[in-house]
Amino acid sequence: MSKRRVVITGLGLISPVGNTVAEGWNNLLAGKSGITRITKFDPTNFAAQIAGEVNDFDVTQYIPAKDARRMDTFIHYGLAAGIQAVKDAGIDAAGINPERIGVNIGSGIGGLPLIEDTYKVLQEGGPRKISPFFIPGAIINMIAGHLSIIFGFKGPNYGIVSACTTATHCIGDAARLIEYGDVDVMVAGGAEATVSPLAIGGFASARALSTRNDDPATASRPWDTGRDGFVLGEGAGVLVLEEYEHAVKRGAKIYGELAGFGMSADAHHMTAPCEDGEGAARSMVNAMKNAGLTMDKVDYVNAHGTSTPLGDVAETIAIKRAFGEHAKSLAVSSTKSATGHLLGAAGGVEAVFSTLAIHHQVAPATINLHDIDPQCDLDYIPNTPREMKIDVAISNSFGFGGTNGTLVFKRV
Amino acid sequence: MENIEARVKKIVAEQLGVNEAEVKNESSFVDDLGADSLDTVELVMALEEEFECEIPDDEAEKITNVQQAIDYVNGHLSK
Repeated sequence: MSKRRVVITGLGLISPVGNTVAEGWNNLLAGKSGITRITKFDPTNFAAQIAGEVNDFDVTQYIPAKDARRMDTFIHYGLAAGIQAVKDAGIDAAGINPERIGVNIGSGIGGLPLIEDTYKVLQEGGPRKISPFFIPGAIINMIAGHLSIIFGFKGPNYGIVSACTTATHCIGDAARLIEYGDVDVMVAGGAEATVSPLAIGGFASARALSTRNDDPATASRPWDTGRDGFVLGEGAGVLVLEEYEHAVKRGAKIYGELAGFGMSADAHHMTAPCEDGEGAARSMVNAMKNAGLTMDKVDYVNAHGTSTPLGDVAETIAIKRAFGEHAKSLAVSSTKSATGHLLGAAGGVEAVFSTLAIHHQVAPATINLHDIDPQCDLDYIPNTPREMKIDVAISNSFGFGGTNGTLVFKRV
Repeated sequence: MENIEARVKKIVAEQLGVNEAEVKNESSFVDDLGADSLDTVELVMALEEEFECEIPDDEAEKITNVQQAIDYVNGHLSK
């Protein structure tokens, strides 16, 4: 069976650097940081007091206020990015058989803030005070569910959960459904909104977060010697994926091709990456095999690059392991330097940025990179975006549990 | 009494996301105001909150329109 080709025909973005694709991309290229002191709760007693929050977001631009107040914020972000992507692709008004359109949008954690708030309600008012909308407002597959209801999409409807690899897995798996012929169109990505006491407290307790509280804008600094952990971010990134001939036939705008997807497991440790980069390297190699491309075809790597002491070194080793000599010719950047780490949404937001990198032939920079760690010896595009030929880009995501995913984007 | 009627209608409008002018005494939550089963549960909870009372489940099931809600609150508060 020859593989059906998958292209990207719609993009949606809610992020700490902007709530539309255009705003986010422009701010990213301008080198703006989305990291500030936490405003969603009083972080005074927390070791980490900074995050990449979404600002000036008005959910009623997307859904009625009555519906919105019954959902956790991660669903708001996922729906907003999903609706943007659907409108951008025009699949809501293209007369496509709705049974041939599916949705796969996940979240790493889901409605934790709503769970925290509802637990308070239970403690203070007893079980009768728990909202009937608590469960559907907190569970992870509800972005996909609501989008299907809003637009009438009747194809496969689900969300994958795999920590910080969530959105990458969602997008890759969605593409497989198109390749395999189950559907012609998939709306895919991830959303996250856990700037909350339990999430910040929990990640800080695991010593995963940066505590550079006095200088939020420079706290996320992948590959810099001064890096001291990741900065939590929130938002959503969603793509519309479409079978190539289907997109051409209806005259859709094509941003690029989603040419490949690979996965692997470290089988090593709950939270630490494997130091020899074996699992991550295999994810990249598997993705390129799926794309039918040799490793030397890659021009740009949108790295996982979370700004943790161990993770950034391990990914550097993994890239060298996967690419060999060609690693030296790669341009590698971490857009988390500007957005922070959006957990289950990270792969979605980074898929949007990788698609735009291909589309505009510009590689975004790694900001806050002034004193490069000698153990990290690749070209990380420090501080200034680079206009360059990008025929093929890959985007990496690695998650707790040792779960890895890599997407391959190709210029059409 | 009019005060209670106005307060009930305001809550119904807020909870069900409809214009207050649409909320008539005879309006059925499900048939006229577009409520589903979860909406009606939440509506009863909002009435409990507003009028500081507890409406048992078997009583709540009988409140299906605006007048029944007003009557229940009136009956309860006069006790």
